[in-house]
Amino acid sequence: MSGTAQPASPIVTVRGVDKRFGAGAETTTALQAIDLAIAPGEFVSLIGPSGCGKSTLLRIIGDLTAPSVGAVTVNGKPAGAARRDRDYGIVFQAPVLFDWRTIEQNVELPLEIIGVARGERRRRASEMLALVELSDFARHHPWQLSGGMQQRAAIARALAFEPRLLLMDEPFGALDEMTRERMNDELLRIWERTGTTIVFVTHSIPEAVFLSSRIVVMSPRPGRITDLVEVDLPRPRTDASRESERYFELVTRVREALRAPDAARVAGP
Amino acid sequence: MAAFVVVVILLAVAWEAAKWIAGDPWREAFGMPLDPPHVPPFDIKQFNDLNLPHVWDVIGALSRPSVRNSPFSLGAVLIDAAVFTGRSAMLGFAVGAVVGLVLAIIFVRSRLLERALVPYVIATQTVPIVALAPMLVLWIGREWTSVVLVSAYLTFFPVTIAGIRGLSSPDPRALELMRSYAASDWSVLWKVRFQAALPYLFTAFKISATASVVGAIVGEEPTGIRGGLGRAILQFNTQYSSGPEKLWAVVLVAALLGIGFFVVVRAVELIVLRDRSVPSDL
Repeated sequence: MSGTAQPASPIVTVRGVDKRFGAGAETTTALQAIDLAIAPGEFVSLIGPSGCGKSTLLRIIGDLTAPSVGAVTVNGKPAGAARRDRDYGIVFQAPVLFDWRTIEQNVELPLEIIGVARGERRRRASEMLALVELSDFARHHPWQLSGGMQQRAAIARALAFEPRLLLMDEPFGALDEMTRERMNDELLRIWERTGTTIVFVTHSIPEAVFLSSRIVVMSPRPGRITDLVEVDLPRPRTDASRESERYFELVTRVREALRAPDAARVAGP
Repeated sequence: MAAFVVVVILLAVAWEAAKWIAGDPWREAFGMPLDPPHVPPFDIKQFNDLNLPHVWDVIGALSRPSVRNSPFSLGAVLIDAAVFTGRSAMLGFAVGAVVGLVLAIIFVRSRLLERALVPYVIATQTVPIVALAPMLVLWIGREWTSVVLVSAYLTFFPVTIAGIRGLSSPDPRALELMRSYAASDWSVLWKVRFQAALPYLFTAFKISATASVVGAIVGEEPTGIRGGLGRAILQFNTQYSSGPEKLWAVVLVAALLGIGFFVVVRAVELIVLRDRSVPSDL
C-alpha cells in the first residue's frame, strides 16, 4: 500500500476490520483487512465497483453495522460511543426527507432529538439552509422540491448539529450529470466553509478526483483497499480544475487502479 | 355531495317503480288519493306494502307518533336513539382505536409477540359478535359499558392490522438516520413510525368508524339497554306487520349515523394529512 504520512491524531481510525455476512458455507466476506486513518479536515472518497463493500465500510464507521473483526474509532472513541455523542452526520443516496415536515422542520429534526430549544433550532436551521442556498424553500414540503434541492436539504440536515465528520453514501448518485457537477461545487464550498471532515462513497471517478484530498480505491469480493491516491489538484477547485491536465492524469491513475486491483495488490508492499 | 343526492333520488324512483309495476294496488301517492286506484300489472311478494313500504310512508312515519298515543314523533325518538347509540359508538371507537394501536405498537416492537398473539387477534374476529355479546353481558352486566366494549371489539382489528403495516412502513434508511442521531425509541416511534403510519391508520379508522356503529347497535340488543337504535330495532321488529315503515325508518337513521361517523373521520383525515405528497383518497 502506498505510504501516506498519517497525522498524529486521526479523526477516523479503522484497524484490521473484516466484515462477513451470513454463516457457514453461505458466508460472504464483504470486507477484509481494512486499515485506514483519516485526518481532521480531509475529504476522503471511497471508490470501487459495486459489491466492493465501500458502503459497508462507511456504515461501519457510522456504527450502523458492526465489523466482524477489528476496531473503529471516531474522534478517539469507539464508533458506537461517537454515534451516541452525535459526532457525525450522514447523507444517503436518497434524501430520506419526511414528507409531513417542511424543509425547515426536516433540518430541525436532529436538533429536536438532541433537545435544542425551539428558537435556537430555528436559527441553526435557517443558517444551514442559507449554507445550501435553500432559504427561500424553508416552508416548502420535500415533495415540492427537485431531486437536487432535496439532496441539499438532506446535507443541511446532516450538518445541523455541526458534526466534525460527515459521512456521505453516494449522495449524488441519483442525480443527472449537470446537477451532480453543481452539487459537487456546492459541497466543496460547504466543506471549505465548515472545515468538516468528509468521507464520501462514490463510483464516479471524475467526482472522486474533483472532490477529494485522498481517494481510497477498493476491489470487490472480498472488499479490500488496493490503492490510496493523493489528489494534489490545487484548491479552490473550479470548472477549470475539471479541464486541467493534472485532473485527467489523476482520473487515469484511479481508473487504472480500479481496473487492475489484483496487480496493485501483488505489487504492494 | 350532489352525486350522493342524485343517487338517493334514483334509488327512491327505482323503489317506487318496482312497486308501481309489481306491488300492492296504489290508493294514494304522496298523501293524495288516487281514484281509481292504480293496480300494478304484476304481483311480486317482495314489493308489496309489507315488505317494501312506500318511500313517503317511511318518511311520513318520522313525523307521526312513535307508538300510538305517544306525545313524541318517531323522528324525535330516533334522533334521541341515534345520539344515544352514537355516544356508545364514539366511545367504543376511541377505546378500539387506542387498543388497536397499542397492539400494533407491541407487535411491531416484538416479532415474537406478533407471531404468538396475532392468531388470537384474528380469532377474535371470526367468532360471531352475536355469540360473544351475550357472554359479555353475563360478565359485565346489563350496562352501558358492555355496549361500548362490543363496539370497541368490532373497531380495534382494522386498526391493529393497518397499524402493523403502517408502523413498519418507514424507509429503513429513515430508521438508520434516527440511529445516527442516537434517537430514543420514543422519538423513533412518535416522530417517524407513527407519522408514517397515519395514512394507513386513517384507512382503518374509516372502516372502524362504521363498524363501531354496528357494534353499538348489536351490543344494545342482548344488554336490553333502552334508548338506543338497537332497542328501537327490536321493538319495531316485533311490530313489523302493523307498521313496517317504522323499522325501515330505523334502518334509514342507522345508515345516516354510520355515514355521519365516516364523514367526520374523513374530515379529520383531510386536515391531518393535508401536507402529504400523496393525496389521501377515500
